Amino acid sequence: MQHYLEIEKLVCGYGENFNLKSISFSIGQGAFAGIIGPNGSGKTTLFKGIAGDLSLKSGAITLNKTNMDTIRLKEKAQKIAVVTQYTEITDMTVEEYVLMGRTPYRSHFQFFESNKDAEIAKKYMLLTNIYRFKDKPMTELSGGEQQLAAIARALAQEPELLLLDEPTSHLDITHQVQILNLIQQLNQDLNLTVLLIIHDLNMASEYCDFLIMMKDGDIHAIGNPSDVLNYQTIEDVYQTVVITRENPVSGKPVIFLVSKRVLDQQKGQNRKKDSL
Amino acid sequence: MNNRFIKWTMFIATLLILVVAAALISLSTGEMDIALKDIPEILKSQKGLEYSILTAIRLPRIVLAFAIGGALSLTGAILQGIYRNPLVEPYTLGISGGAALGVAVVIVTGLHLSVGAIMLPFAGFAGSLITIFAVYFLSLKKGTININRMLLIGVMISFIASSGMMFLMSITSSENLHGIIFWMMGSLDEPNTILIRALFYSSISGLIIAYFFARPMNALRLGEEKARHLGINTNVTLRILFIVASLLTGFCVAVAGVIGFVGLVIPHIIRNIIGSDYRILLIGSFLGGSLFLIVSDIIARTIISPNELPIGVITGIIGGLVFIIVLARTGFKAKIS
Repeated sequence: MQHYLEIEKLVCGYGENFNLKSISFSIGQGAFAGIIGPNGSGKTTLFKGIAGDLSLKSGAITLNKTNMDTIRLKEKAQKIAVVTQYTEITDMTVEEYVLMGRTPYRSHFQFFESNKDAEIAKKYMLLTNIYRFKDKPMTELSGGEQQLAAIARALAQEPELLLLDEPTSHLDITHQVQILNLIQQLNQDLNLTVLLIIHDLNMASEYCDFLIMMKDGDIHAIGNPSDVLNYQTIEDVYQTVVITRENPVSGKPVIFLVSKRVLDQQKGQNRKKDSL
Repeated sequence: MNNRFIKWTMFIATLLILVVAAALISLSTGEMDIALKDIPEILKSQKGLEYSILTAIRLPRIVLAFAIGGALSLTGAILQGIYRNPLVEPYTLGISGGAALGVAVVIVTGLHLSVGAIMLPFAGFAGSLITIFAVYFLSLKKGTININRMLLIGVMISFIASSGMMFLMSITSSENLHGIIFWMMGSLDEPNTILIRALFYSSISGLIIAYFFARPMNALRLGEEKARHLGINTNVTLRILFIVASLLTGFCVAVAGVIGFVGLVIPHIIRNIIGSDYRILLIGSFLGGSLFLIVSDIIARTIISPNELPIGVITGIIGGLVFIIVLARTGFKAKIS
């Protein structure tokens, strides 16, 4: 796999309080990569560093051999699109909102969107199945529909790399799967490289082909889901006892949680067995 | 897209017609009523009392009302947009406080009598400039502007300036006190035509500069971070818009005193009529503000004729009432994004 997005000795963070510990990794073109880890492990910091929300204290981010720090924001927005976790509070219509994705392609003197912009917006609204809402204000959409609109807006930027911050948080399972299936389809059909933060380890395992597991501002484990997601690493990072098995259909690892009471009962039974 | 273009054009055309109509009514009404149909002839003859009333008194006032109403409303729309706060208006950032303090200093020290009346707008502008730079540099943190910080600092500086002014008012003579209060209430009575002309061109330039930032401002409707993700250099955009808005406000306050409510109410009304797309909102707010101030001026001049009410009183009362009525009657929302 050729190195497409390369993160080299990246240090960024919030003043003296929290900083990444010089992180390096790379992902290939067309990868579907996920960042996982507990709260406070540095997932969002890493994400913000790559998205450009936090300035880098040292290190470099290169996308397709171009250093992202040396190009203008506008050019960067043509290469990297970001979908954040929070829904937009705006009374724009869905169509206007998706058209915002064409912003990086507009010159200073161009006040109206071109026909091409309108066509591209329509194409991605159709692809994400929100074209029927195009004249509705964003505020009237459900959470899942807003997330789809945000993805359509990001696609209208025609990026090479799509960054998503927990795209499925606070959505029900129908919408979670719908959105991840869509991202997977985009990843395959458009050869779009995807990097997302994802909380649900089972979803991460099922959809991602590459995982970056964070702990205390550093990478704890990195690689295929089957390499990263085993009970040992999960216990190290999350301090939680889990059982991993293989998904009978996809062959990917599945994580089972066990409640404390059941664990205690088990221990008790084991002790009984031992004493017998 | 085409539909929207037609809607926008119609909207601007309607506003333009209303502005022209208001200007004509304003020309014909006053202490001495001049019939509309006579105006072209009087202007052609270029002499007589009526001619000088029209060109030396009424026309400059209309131009001034047009420029100040437009500029204040435009800055209101800009500032509400960049701060994403519906309560921000041109005066929130301490600009009027600084200007008022400058004017108060001149009145108390008597400089306007010894040096000339031009000292008043000059001091007002100097006062607002000092406030603008204080707010600007105090809200810079490691080279980037923090929007909330800026707002807080502006409000604080506004308090400091008004306290300073109250201090001056408490130690000065009642004659000076009257001068300060009268200035604060705002007036469109400006004899200096160079100032009027300068203000007219500044407000039009302000609109043109702001219009080039319509697209970045639209992106900012999604928030600063998301605008940056869309390739907008938010730091540069915010700085330029802040400076344009502050200079315009400072200039308006220096010439006409504190004319409240235009910058707060008009952009909200325009947003509710035509939406928050800055490509239409900026022009709409400008024309709406002009219209509002020209009409307010007619009322201020006629309601207790031959005396005149301070324009600030009229804008406050009408603006506030209209706003409350609209708010109560319709599902009017304080939209900002």
